[in-house]
Amino acid sequence: MMRGLGLLILLLVLPVHAAIETFVFDNEVLERRYRAMLGELRCPKCQNQSLHDSDAPIATDLRRELHRLLHEGYSDREIHEFMVARYGDFVLYRPPLNRTTLALWGLPPLLLMVGLFVVWRLSRLNATEEPPAPLDEARRRRLDKLFEDDPQ
Amino acid sequence: MSQALSRLRLFLPLLIFVLLAMFFVVVQKRIQSGDYDPAALPSALLDRPLPAFDLRTLPDEGRMTHADWRGEVALINVWATWCPSCHAEHPYLMTLQARGIVIHGVNYKDDDALARQWLERRGNPYRSVVADPEGRLGLDLGVTGAPETYVIDAEGRVRLRYQGPLDEFVWAEHFEPLLLRLQGEAG
Repeated sequence: MMRGLGLLILLLVLPVHAAIETFVFDNEVLERRYRAMLGELRCPKCQNQSLHDSDAPIATDLRRELHRLLHEGYSDREIHEFMVARYGDFVLYRPPLNRTTLALWGLPPLLLMVGLFVVWRLSRLNATEEPPAPLDEARRRRLDKLFEDDPQ
Repeated sequence: MSQALSRLRLFLPLLIFVLLAMFFVVVQKRIQSGDYDPAALPSALLDRPLPAFDLRTLPDEGRMTHADWRGEVALINVWATWCPSCHAEHPYLMTLQARGIVIHGVNYKDDDALARQWLERRGNPYRSVVADPEGRLGLDLGVTGAPETYVIDAEGRVRLRYQGPLDEFVWAEHFEPLLLRLQGEAG
């Protein structure tokens, strides 16, 4: 059983080898910054993958470049500027707010407000709904009889 | 009155669905006709000067910098022997050269010997070619893959970036109007 499970896990893990590159980092902080930045930067070639996920040659180049910039002492902001100067705001998963990104930033809060409004309206509708009228004598007797007939 | 309203409300989801479906059909049609390309990225270099470089030239062993490409309206074509679309594009570049269009080449992440062989056997459509084996200049240009073609004006500013191989249709739609305008500016 455990063996089967182990094998299953192994099979599931196999396809996830992605890009294997060996970069040496001077210290742990640089490595952590490198990993964090990879997730923040989008590959300009395979457009819905981060630099972390992408196997495109250009993503490999950008990872190498990122490694170099980090070791040359660039700050995170300077690296962002470096990437944006070449590939535009598109490379950032969190682009700055401007005219072209207005829909991107504005739509989620707008939709949230619409949702909250709908919830508020529905809850008010339920609250104002009239409680059902009490049963009249004939119906109550019928109901009692139904309960009596039921063996449970 | 209120009953008519509530009946109308019943159809609201359908109405929303129809509107959304119409929107998607229009977008899809525009993608098919090529009017809209959701994957197209505007170049970050538009109206900016060409990035600085100092690289080896091909097929000879000279050196060239960005300043050497200034002074006239020109195309910059990023190509490589490993790139299938570049094979398809090459004859059209020869045609452009024959029409007197100035084309500079950037041999992107390629092998010098293979590139030389290519130019010798197939013909050289370029005024000059610089070798960019590590893709350094490509990175500064914001190249995502070959082929890509840029238009620079006489001041050496990037005016257009086109991703993909050039052909007659692409030329007529994207390049010709711009070149005419640039020539107008110059004259």
